[in-house]
Amino acid sequence: MAEVALINATKRFGDVAAIGDVSLTVADGEFVVLLGPTGAGKTTTLRVIAGLETLDEGAVRIGGREVSKEAPALRDVAFVFQQYSLYPHLSVYDNMAFPLRSPTRRVPEDEIRRSITEIARMLHIDHKLQNKATRLSGGEMQRVAIGRALVRHPSIYLMDEPLSSLDAKLRQELRLELKRIQRDLGATMLYVTHDQVEAMTMASRIGVLKQGKLVQLGTPREIYEDPAETYVATRLGQPRINLMPRRLFPSLPTPSSAETIGVRTEHLKIDRHHQGAARVARIEHLGDQRYLHLSLEDHSIVTLAGHDTDLDVGDSVALQLERPLFFDRDGMRVRP
Amino acid sequence: MSGLSTAHSVVEPSATSKRVAGALVIAYALITLIPLLWIVLTSFKTPPDSIAYPPKLMFQPSIEGYCNLFTTRTRQTPEYLAAMPPPTGYCDRAVRSRNMVIAGPSNVIPRFTNSIIIAFGSTFLAVFLGTLAAYAFSRFRIPLKDDLLFFILSTRMMPPIAVAIPIYLMYRELGLSDTLLGMILLYTAVNVSLAVWLLKGFIDEIPREYEEAAMIDGYTRLQAFTKIVLPQATTGIAATAIFCMIFAWNEYAFAVLLTSGEAQTMPPFIPFIIGEGGQDWPAVASATTLFLIPIVVFTVLLRKHLLRGITFGAVRK
Ligand SMILES: Nc1ncnc2c1ncn2[C@@H]1O[C@H](COP(=O)(O)OP(=O)(O)OP(=O)(O)O)[C@@H](O)[C@H]1O
Ligand SMILES: [Mg+2]
Repeated sequence: MAEVALINATKRFGDVAAIGDVSLTVADGEFVVLLGPTGAGKTTTLRVIAGLETLDEGAVRIGGREVSKEAPALRDVAFVFQQYSLYPHLSVYDNMAFPLRSPTRRVPEDEIRRSITEIARMLHIDHKLQNKATRLSGGEMQRVAIGRALVRHPSIYLMDEPLSSLDAKLRQELRLELKRIQRDLGATMLYVTHDQVEAMTMASRIGVLKQGKLVQLGTPREIYEDPAETYVATRLGQPRINLMPRRLFPSLPTPSSAETIGVRTEHLKIDRHHQGAARVARIEHLGDQRYLHLSLEDHSIVTLAGHDTDLDVGDSVALQLERPLFFDRDGMRVRP
Repeated sequence: MSGLSTAHSVVEPSATSKRVAGALVIAYALITLIPLLWIVLTSFKTPPDSIAYPPKLMFQPSIEGYCNLFTTRTRQTPEYLAAMPPPTGYCDRAVRSRNMVIAGPSNVIPRFTNSIIIAFGSTFLAVFLGTLAAYAFSRFRIPLKDDLLFFILSTRMMPPIAVAIPIYLMYRELGLSDTLLGMILLYTAVNVSLAVWLLKGFIDEIPREYEEAAMIDGYTRLQAFTKIVLPQATTGIAATAIFCMIFAWNEYAFAVLLTSGEAQTMPPFIPFIIGEGGQDWPAVASATTLFLIPIVVFTVLLRKHLLRGITFGAVRK
């Protein structure tokens, strides 16, 4: 395991910079999660580190060694791809053995068998080892792909949405398992996900990408509680943070440049004993949770309804904001 | 419900349309196969039977045609024949019954060997070069890639006869006329364009993530190519090999112009057989029959790949 760093990395495809001037250090043994909407440059960041793309500017360092010009095979990274990564003409076992049999490693066969058996059991694919890789469900394929990375002990694991095609139960199980392995091995990991639970629970730090730029890097708590801009604030939280124009809360003291007020559901107190400006427009039942849709003038607000509330559609309520976040016209955070 | 849905199934044709399609395929197969069948029948006729009118469907089979194909014969007087020792075999007897004696072996075996060497040699080279080039065109950023690809394809657009004279002159200068090497190079050059285009299609279908995964797993690009790309491209390679093989095996125009002796292939050789001692149709038919065999065997061996290869895009997920 090793420290991995991107230094002012820029990668262009034609005119678009898939990533632009990204600097990111993943410390030895650290678990960094990349968040960002589709097209933000998450996959490109991983590919650049792996050596599948050459940088236009900047450098990649692995364990302090500059590797920008080195072939992927020499960089000693493991990659779990977003899609298509099992060798279709090989069995599951041979797929997992493939990296260990490479000319750069040449692990003895009995050692290969031992580590594959162990990893396969952990990923619940031990009964599929003799299957052809194409005779698997999507979720099984993805687990084999993860397994093929885990049989190795590389400088860094690069994982591109590895749990995305699994069902909720398996995803939760593997999330815990992956985190445990990472901690036990002291593995360095750079992990892309859209799932905020994964991001919040697995990450030592989260990096948020926006159109190829790393706009904020911090612990999950920092990203959640102290976002640098509305873009970051909307990445995490379910239901999403409510962004409302300042004029809706005329009595609230705000910094002068604030245009938008952001408030998360847990900081939005609903006072049903006072007649207020907000009206209950709709209540959504999601099983364990209830989403309360409020309308405030022409604006709609979504929040969680507590279990004890007996609000009905049409009730009018007063809103109290605790620890609101302020953003300026460009969506940048303004601190009081 | 389920009965209805099978009757109107999108993927499963109805029984009637299956029968009609089957009948059409059988009719087409018969139409194309009858001439071949006639050739094979003719090869087992005697020369008089082969030119009998009306044509004979039932006849006493004979391998005189094959005897004539493999030998050269000279005409002799009956006295000379009578003075000879008794015939040693079937062919000997058949030839003497036409007042001739076997003078020696014919050229058919060397010509056939030439055909085999040239067809397999050029097919191997064309597929080998084509696979590498197609891989490069499929995976790398190459300056002027589209123009190069079009140029490669354009070499196939003109009829061979248009370049026959320049190639003839060039080959004479280079000493490549009537050599196996010359013919192999020529057919390779013609086939490589087909191979590049066909194989590029197949290789484009193989996601590059496979090789990328292999390169991350500790392999060089060349090792990833041989271990990952090649096994997955076998279908396309087999289909391409068949097309190249068929072209090289059947090619006539260049062969007639550029080979006359040493390197002559079967297509220009077969018409010559007619001249050797009257109109010997059974001998011609035997040559044609033998000529068909390798390509049939080759195609049958690879037919699984060929079928999958031609429908590649449709079958593959
Ligand atoms: N090979 C390529 N050629 C051209 N443009 C590319 C290439 N790869 C990526 N891009 C562009 O670079 C940008 C970033 O792509 P990237 O794949 O890194 O996004 P991503 O964050 O992984 O998105 P997703 O969540 O959909 O996987 C996109 O605008 C994409 O169109
Ligand atoms: Mg991606």
